[in-house]
Parts: sequence; structure tokens; C-alpha cells
Amino acid sequence: MGDIVNLVLKRLGFGLITLLVISVIIFFMVELLPGDIAQAVLGQGATEENVAALREQMGLNNPAFVRYFEWLGGAVVGDFGTSIVSGERVSTIITERFINTLFLAAYAAVIAVPFAITLGVVVALLRNTLFDRVANVLTLTSISSPEFFLGYILILFFAVKWQMFPAISSLSDGMSFAELLDRTFLPALTLVLVVTAHMMRMTRAAIINLLASPYIEMARLKGAPPWKVIVKHALPNAWAPIINVIALNLAYLITGVVLVEVVFVYPGIGQALVDAVSKRDFPIVQACCLIFAATFILLNLAADVGAILTNPRLRHPK
Amino acid sequence: MAQDKSVLLDIKDLRIDGYTGEEWVPIIKGVDLRLHRGEVMGLIGESGAGKSTIGAAAMGYARDGTRIVEGSSIEFDGMELTTATEGERRALRGSRIAYVAQSAAASFNPAHKIIDQHTEAPLHYRIQSRVAAQEDAMDLYQRLRLPDPDQIGFRYPHQVSGGQLQRAMTAMAMACRPDLIIFDEPTTALDVTTQIEVLAAIRDIVDQFNTAAIYITHDLAVVAQMADTIKVLLKGEEVEQASTEDMLENPQEDYTKSLWAVRSFKRTQKRRPTGEPPVISVQNVDAAYTGGIKVLDDVSFDIHRGMTVAVVGESGSGKSTTARVITGLLPPTSGQVLFRGEPLPPSYLNRSKDQLRQTQMIYQMADTALNPKVRISEIIGRPAQFYSGLSGTALKHRVDELLDLIELEPSQYYDRYPPELSGGQKQRIGIARALAAEPTFIICDEVTSALDQLVAEGILKLLDRLQSELDLAYMFITHDLATVRSIADEVVVMQNGKVVEQGPKDEMFKPPHHPYTDLLLSSVPEMDPNWLTDLLEERGVDNIGEAADV
Repeated sequence: MGDIVNLVLKRLGFGLITLLVISVIIFFMVELLPGDIAQAVLGQGATEENVAALREQMGLNNPAFVRYFEWLGGAVVGDFGTSIVSGERVSTIITERFINTLFLAAYAAVIAVPFAITLGVVVALLRNTLFDRVANVLTLTSISSPEFFLGYILILFFAVKWQMFPAISSLSDGMSFAELLDRTFLPALTLVLVVTAHMMRMTRAAIINLLASPYIEMARLKGAPPWKVIVKHALPNAWAPIINVIALNLAYLITGVVLVEVVFVYPGIGQALVDAVSKRDFPIVQACCLIFAATFILLNLAADVGAILTNPRLRHPK
Repeated sequence: MAQDKSVLLDIKDLRIDGYTGEEWVPIIKGVDLRLHRGEVMGLIGESGAGKSTIGAAAMGYARDGTRIVEGSSIEFDGMELTTATEGERRALRGSRIAYVAQSAAASFNPAHKIIDQHTEAPLHYRIQSRVAAQEDAMDLYQRLRLPDPDQIGFRYPHQVSGGQLQRAMTAMAMACRPDLIIFDEPTTALDVTTQIEVLAAIRDIVDQFNTAAIYITHDLAVVAQMADTIKVLLKGEEVEQASTEDMLENPQEDYTKSLWAVRSFKRTQKRRPTGEPPVISVQNVDAAYTGGIKVLDDVSFDIHRGMTVAVVGESGSGKSTTARVITGLLPPTSGQVLFRGEPLPPSYLNRSKDQLRQTQMIYQMADTALNPKVRISEIIGRPAQFYSGLSGTALKHRVDELLDLIELEPSQYYDRYPPELSGGQKQRIGIARALAAEPTFIICDEVTSALDQLVAEGILKLLDRLQSELDLAYMFITHDLATVRSIADEVVVMQNGKVVEQGPKDEMFKPPHHPYTDLLLSSVPEMDPNWLTDLLEERGVDNIGEAADV
């Protein structure tokens, strides 16, 4: 076990370095954006003096690397500065939004991951049958359609025609959990449709890839029925690639939901990012980007650790 | 006890097709096979003869990409398998017919404990409770003389050695006390010393339970120890069948005779040339891989011009590591390698082009050592271009010349790709590639062990001819002592990273030996059917396992 702890710590270290590099990129990319931020905040009518005063107040006259370290120092303790537009603390604005996004991602993941893996196992079992082909075509269709299109189709049927679920996922305080699940069902379902195909196809491919292994033939020659060959003999050896695809899709559920949030008017972090970009509210943009990067890195780390934990050679050394 | 000797398996006119990607072609062309209870039949032949396919068919199983042709009959204990439902056939597998695969390391599922895989069939067929099945497994492990039989099953396959795994797989096949076991080359992947214990274990257990067996192998000496009858196959057809004694003493068909004669190639031993430094001199070399585990310990030997030095030992003894040190792939931690008396830089990165040219390698797996997407002309042409600066017509002439040297018609092979060639032809290309650099010294790393005996013999003869024509020195890494006997001038025996004995071949094959050399030599199966029995008696049954497990 000591080896695994070591490995995790090492990966975590690399993750932090990656994050640091990304923070540099994010900060200076925003710096590179054309135009003057003070000018943008005050509008075209502002006087030179006002702009200069604001620049001084915002610390924009300091060299970029000084501001970078100030920003980084704040970010480490969760202080991303204040919003240029509203003057509120960025952390206050983002925290609630991020929790909403995490909730929607978790909702979609809880449905999508077991569903995709089960379906992947079933199509691997029934490979090259009609069911396999139909499942492949359907999931491919859903992944190839733009999310907003899927979202509108779902709204058309589930909200407008059958009136089973609300079309708008606005949240209010004091909602019950059941109500929350009901309100957010359609965006969650849209996300499920988008991410299922990847995971299912990887599960199928990883399993089928193993079917030529001698130990699979051995299992067959021991009289194991086909479902047992797949579930008991192939699947446990197929986890590593599957876990990686799951992690990628989970990351997508958090960082790629902008369109779905817009379609369903869901108050998530994606919407906050879009708003901030259009209003040039760069502290929020930087904070969102950093959070997305951290999410990716953490999930990939989790995937690496998961892949190691499912490998008996690493789990049970000689 | 009077044992039942009735017919157990009756295969008539078995025809199997294989799919080539475009069409179905016959791979088994009408084979009959009749096996009685308790009888062990050896199926022998070269690769591609269809031995394994017949073995699988005896279980009513057609491998992916093969199909049993209608009209074939496979009758197992009165039940016709070709017309039975898949469910009926499956119900026989693991319970009444069991299978032991060639590579136990690959055929045990890495994700489950050995004993859980063992008990899978008895639990599936509801023959025993889990506890009873586990106890039975431990009993079988004990009978197969596995060390620590009560605990070994609770390990994962990668935690157990190859020879032990192969015995555990035989135990697994016995789990439901089948009537028939198919052994598909069960000892081919093992060292000679390990092979003995597995052979002995298989023979014992088959005897104890009066189990019938089909024993598939390409090694005649092995089949002579195991089988009551032998059937010889060639390209999907039966050549002949007879009892083991008759087959060994009096083979009828020319093909069988040629198989028997294969080990006859032997050339006379050469003497060291005097008055010149050795081509390669390995001096007091220690080496370690990252992690600091010492794999070579004070290794020293010389290889002289025009001579073949065979380096023998089991897997893990340091043979291939020595080759890596000589080629500069693994710089030694101490000691040095001299080329004609001049020290070579430890790492290949610091060696001159000419120094690199002098030492070439031929690999065990020609399959993986040749880039499948590159034409033969380029594979052979590149080193000629790189080392000798040839181009255009001169290069083409050189490639033609090299193809002539390895006895392949240049016009036919010039533009082809490796996957279109047979195993023996690929190995010849590997040889030509090494020759293209015009070396004085070639390392041959188990170059014949992946080949059938007839093909292997052809390669050995070719190497021998090239040696005398081009005055080459060879370092021959092998675990096959028959190869050593036929081609070596001097022998270096390695064990656990040390040289335990070295000297001229003729002396090495005469007693007295170092005990380890003796163990290696006496472990090589001989064609005498009583060889194994005699050997076991001589060594004492109890220490076979121990000798090989160290």
C-alpha cells in the first residue's frame, strides 16, 4: 500500500505544478485581451482622471507579475478578488453557482455512469447483433447532436407536449429535494444522453478487446456461460480504460455544461462564465477557468488512482 | 483394480475450416481419432499442423475464426457433440472434459485468486460447496507437490512462478475429476528443469484418476514420456499413428522419420585461434537494473574469431542481460568489455559507428523484431546504407547478395513485407539484417526457440555455413541444450547472474559437471520412453520440485 500512497502523492504534486502553469496561462491570457479594463468599467464617457484613479485603485499600474502573485496568493486561500461589475466578492458569486453545477453533474453522473457501463456490458455480450447495432447508432446519434438541440427536443416532448417536467430549471430557496430533482431532470437527462455514448462504447471496446485473451478462452473451456465470461472474467480486467473515459466525461459534465445551462436557464457556473466574459468581468473569468482546470486535474488524478487500484499486479505486489 | 477401458472419445472425419479474412479454407482435412478411458494420446506435428484445433474440437469447441464442417463427427461418451446444443456442449466443459493451456501465466485471469478460479467450475456445476471445493483444491495442490498447498491458492497468478502456475492449472483441470483432459503444449513455455516437475506431476495425476488425455506438443522427447499412443499430424492431416514404442523404434512414414532425425545435426568442435586477442572479452562484469538489484555478478568469458560460444541457463539467469552489456544497451556497474583487446565504451551512445557495426543481434521473436510495414529490401538495406554508405544500384546489389546468402531468391522477396513470410523466413531476414552491417560478432538470442524443429535445424545450418564463410564469432543465448550440442564450440553456464562453469563443449557434456550443469543436462528430455521414470527414481521424487523451484 505504501507504494500506492507514494504514487498518489507524486501525481498530486504533478497536478499542483500543472495547475500552477495553467494559472500563469489564465492570468496572462486575460492580460493580453485588448482594451483597458478601467476604461471598460467606467464606459466611454469617463474622464481621463477617473480612469487613471480607477487604474490606481485596482492596482493596474503595478507590473503584471506582481499582480499575478497577488492574485495567486488570494486564489490559494479562496479569495479571487471582487467582481468589477457588481463589486461583490468573486468567491461569493461563484460558490453557489459552482455548487449548482456540481449538483447537476452529480445528478447526471449517477444516472449515466451505471447506465453506460451496464449497456456497454450488454452490447459486448450481444456484440454484432441487431441490439448492438441499434444501441450503437442511438448513442452515436445522441452524441453527435448538439446539446442545445437535444435540450430543445426534450423540452418539446417532456415539457410542452406531455408536460411531465418543467422546461425552465430556475431554483429558489427552500425547495424540497424532490422538487429539485424534478426541476433539474431535463438538463440532467440531456447531459446523460451526451455522455453515455463515450462510456458505453469504451466499455464495449475494452471488454471485446480482452475476449481474445487466453484466460477468456480458458473461462469458456471451463464451461462458464457467456454472461459470466464477460462480467466475471473480462470486466475486472477492463476497468483501467473505462475509468479514464468516465473521468473525462465527469470533467465534461462540470466544465462543458454552458449550453445546457443556458437552454434550461439553470444558475450554474457555466452561465456565470458566459456573463462574465461578455461583461469583461475578468476576476470571475479567471476564477472560473482555474476551477475548471482544477476539476480536470483532480478527476484525471482520480482516474489514475482508480486504474491502479483495479490492477491486481499493483494492488498485490509479489 | 480393473479399470474401464471403453471408448471415450471417437472423432470421425473431422474437418475444420478457418477464416482468412476473405474465405473459409480447410485447416483440418478429415482426421479420425479414437481414445479409450485412461489412455494418453500424444498429438505431434509442426505449428500449423492443426494440433490445437483438434484439441479444442474434442471439447466441441471451435475457436474464433474457425468452424467445424458439417459431416464431421465428435462422439464423447456416446454423445454426438456436433449436433448437441451449445448449452449441452458447455455443460461438458470443465466438468467432464477439461483443458490445460500452453501458457498458464496468460491463461489464469490476473484479476482473481488462483483458488477462486479453481473452484469456479465445481461451484458452477454445483458439485461441491465452496469450502469443500477449496479443500479439494488444496488436496490437489499437495498431490501436484506445490509448495505451501494450503496457502498458495490464495495468491494472485502473478505472485506465483510459471512452473507452479502450470501445475495449479493442471490441478484446476482436475477440479471436477473429468474423464478427459486436453493438454495443449503445457510445458513449452517452461525451462527444462521446471518442465520435469510439471511432466511428472501431470503423469502422476492422470494415472491416479485414470483420466484420459490428449497431449499436444511439438517436442518428441516429451511426448515419448507422456503418451501411450502417438499420432503424427502434418498440415491438418494424419501422417501415422502407433503405440509410443512402435513409433519411436519403427516410424513408417518419411515425414515421421525426418522429425525423428532432426536432432542429428552436429558439427565438429573448433579450436581457438592462437596468437590473437579474442573478438569479445567480457571481463568481471557486474550489472544492475534501476532499483539496484544486481543481475550480473562478476561475469567473465571470451569469444574468439570464427567460434560459437553458447551461453546457457534458465530464464532469469542473466543471459540476455549479458548481451545487453556487450551491446552497450546496459552499461555495467563495474568491469569492462574488450573488442579485439581494446576496451569498448560502456554505453552504445559513446561507441563509434565502426564499433557499433562490429556487434549485431538476431532476436528470438522475428515476428516482433521486424517492422511489419517495411519492405524486406528496406529492412536489409537500411543497415547497409547506414554503415557502409551504399546507395542506388550498389545498395540493391548488396541486398540481393544478402538475400542470396540467406538462401532466399532475391527477385521473389525483395519487395515483400514481413507478415507475408513464414517464421523461418522471417528469422532468415533477421539474420540478413545483422549481416548487412558486415559484423565480426553476432549475438543470437534464442533464435531458434520460437521455430519448429525442422525449420530450426535449417536456421542452425545456415548460421553454421555463414560462420565458416564469413569467419563470424557467435554468442548463442539459449536454454535448449540440443541446440548447444549441435552448434557450440564453447559453453558458458549461467545461474543467478553468475558463470558457474565454462569450457569447450565436448568437455562440458562429459562428467564431472558442476551440480547445476548436471541438473540442466539431465533435465533435457530424451527419446527413451523410460527416461522420465528413470530420472525421477534417480533424483528421488521428493526433491524434483525443490531442485527446480530455487
